[in-house]
Amino acid sequence: MTSSSPADARGRTPRRRGDSRRGDAVFFNLSRGAGILLLVIMAAIAGFLTYRSALALGKNEGNFFTTFEWTPDAAKPVFGIAVLTFGTLVSALIAMAIAVPVAVGIALFISHYAPRRIAQPFAYLVDLLAAVPSIVYGLWGVLFLVPHMDGLTSWMDQYLGWTYIFDQSSAGVPPRNLFTVGILLAIMVLPIITAVTREVFRQVPRMHEEAALALGATRWEMIRTAVLPFGRPGIISASMLGLGRALGETIAVATVLSTNSKLTLHLLDPGGGTFAENIALKFNEAQPLGRDALMASGLVLFVITLLVNGAARVIIARRKEYSGAAA
Amino acid sequence: MSTVTTVTDATPPQLGHRLTAARLPRWAPGGIALASIALGCGIGAVAGLASHLQWGLLSALLFLAVGYAVSASVEGRRQAKDRFATSLVWVAFICAVVPLVSLTFYTVQQGIGAISPEFLTHSMKGVVATLSPDGGIYHAIIGTVEQVLLATLIAAPIGLLTAVYLVEYGRGRLAKAVTFFVDVMTGVPSVVAGLFILSLWNILLGFQYSGFSGSLALAILMMPVVVRSTEEMLKLVPNELREASYALGVPRWKTILRIVLPTAIGGITTGVMLAVARITGETAPVMMLVFGADFINGDPFNGPQQSLPLYIWQQYSQVNNEFGYSRAWGAALVLIAFVMGLNLIARGIARWRSPKGGR
Repeated sequence: MTSSSPADARGRTPRRRGDSRRGDAVFFNLSRGAGILLLVIMAAIAGFLTYRSALALGKNEGNFFTTFEWTPDAAKPVFGIAVLTFGTLVSALIAMAIAVPVAVGIALFISHYAPRRIAQPFAYLVDLLAAVPSIVYGLWGVLFLVPHMDGLTSWMDQYLGWTYIFDQSSAGVPPRNLFTVGILLAIMVLPIITAVTREVFRQVPRMHEEAALALGATRWEMIRTAVLPFGRPGIISASMLGLGRALGETIAVATVLSTNSKLTLHLLDPGGGTFAENIALKFNEAQPLGRDALMASGLVLFVITLLVNGAARVIIARRKEYSGAAA
Repeated sequence: MSTVTTVTDATPPQLGHRLTAARLPRWAPGGIALASIALGCGIGAVAGLASHLQWGLLSALLFLAVGYAVSASVEGRRQAKDRFATSLVWVAFICAVVPLVSLTFYTVQQGIGAISPEFLTHSMKGVVATLSPDGGIYHAIIGTVEQVLLATLIAAPIGLLTAVYLVEYGRGRLAKAVTFFVDVMTGVPSVVAGLFILSLWNILLGFQYSGFSGSLALAILMMPVVVRSTEEMLKLVPNELREASYALGVPRWKTILRIVLPTAIGGITTGVMLAVARITGETAPVMMLVFGADFINGDPFNGPQQSLPLYIWQQYSQVNNEFGYSRAWGAALVLIAFVMGLNLIARGIARWRSPKGGR
């Protein structure tokens, strides 16, 4: 669009063409190189972690998958991921059980229920919730949420104790347990799930909705018959993105959970651990073998999140129009 | 009044009745909400339930139940279900607002007292953290700014070029693989990125703890975010602009540099700033690679530095007392203000100069 281009181009066509070819080649290779670099980084992450893990696993005296303890730096190195796997999955599942229905509700609120004037600022507000750093969530979780969970946990222990999982074996300890972690994680992944789901709900064909309403459906019946079926793949993939985030969350879990190497189904008892939290907490005191052991657990976490995210993307890709999934 | 009549309500209205079915007045949902909140809090206070969470949950349950019952008895089952769904959606909305408001309010309330000119301009050097309220976050602010800047300098060009490749050149299998792995990379846990840089940069290549190795890990986390947002923005640039440029004989690379990128620059800036906001709050990789110093270190390439999230973590976990908490909240307030400010500016830019059809 600059003044030079047309006149110059006419004047010096032959040489310019050679130049532009070279320029094109350089620019093309540069940008392709950047893309390839990303692939190389992903491969390198997998490669390096596998290499270090192999070193550590060779010296492990326990079974990596069934051992509860994590003492790789002891004279007889023993470490395993049983407790971590359990804690990671349970806290992430609790988070999903709470966050998915609420997120779908919020997405519906923004796309179909809220008065226009509230909807936009509120969507914005939920996006801001995503911007809060996880360390601040952790600090808020341990100093504000945990004291407030006290009454709720003892109440659950009292009335729902018969379900076994809500039975507290020692009353009166601060509820820095997997259940509280699950709730905190739910709050943290809420904005992610909401953002994607909302975009999907916005793309529901207007005609479907109006057809449902014209047939006399109430608003809820319209949503059940037109909006939710259309949005289902979007909801699933959004949930999986959120799940990936919840599985990998580090510092908020590390602040809230009081950890130990016990595996218990009493979700209200303090204890347990997650992959990411274990890495962050054990890292500073770890000796070389301890570090390699942590890398082995990091590799497991990497593979799990890779699978979850990959699956989410495949589901999204089946419906190309959900490209708003950038969150 | 019986569900029996309400079920038959679905069939044509009987003769002699009004043509429209009975409806609750417009103020009913609000009224029921107020009543159930009052009732919920009342029961909570009387029964001596310690936690306000329970009061809230009780009110929400009452709201749903009473709303359904009232509506079912007056308007019929279908309308009641509709109202129930509406109430549920509103409750979900409240569920999202409460933590956000609580978090913001609590951080401001706890942090505002800690912030003073001294807090912002001093480091922790020579401060006995458990015994004195002195010390500040100056070293952490410097560290965070430098690390994030370096990470952006690495990640933004690579991310930008990758997005250009995907949108302008990308055909075939390589482009598909890149797209897929960029998506997957978005979900790489920050702690894994930290471990990777540790094994490559610090263990294999033998570098020491430094701000720069933290930046490398942050750059890995930032790249896919930049790629995704830039890609979306480049796709919004109308094809007519490109075609017009080609028709004038402008080579492709120049078209991209002079026409496509400038058109999308607003959205690209927004994307980069949102990515910056995201990595500013990352703790885990910084914890492993930067190591947290108590003194001011302005050189990101040599020796341990400090960063705001790491500072919060250290004040919370190592000191674990009043002074530490107060400093942690002060730093948290600064961090939140920074990140939210960045977000607001970024979205402002997006509104100001997004191509048509942008957000």
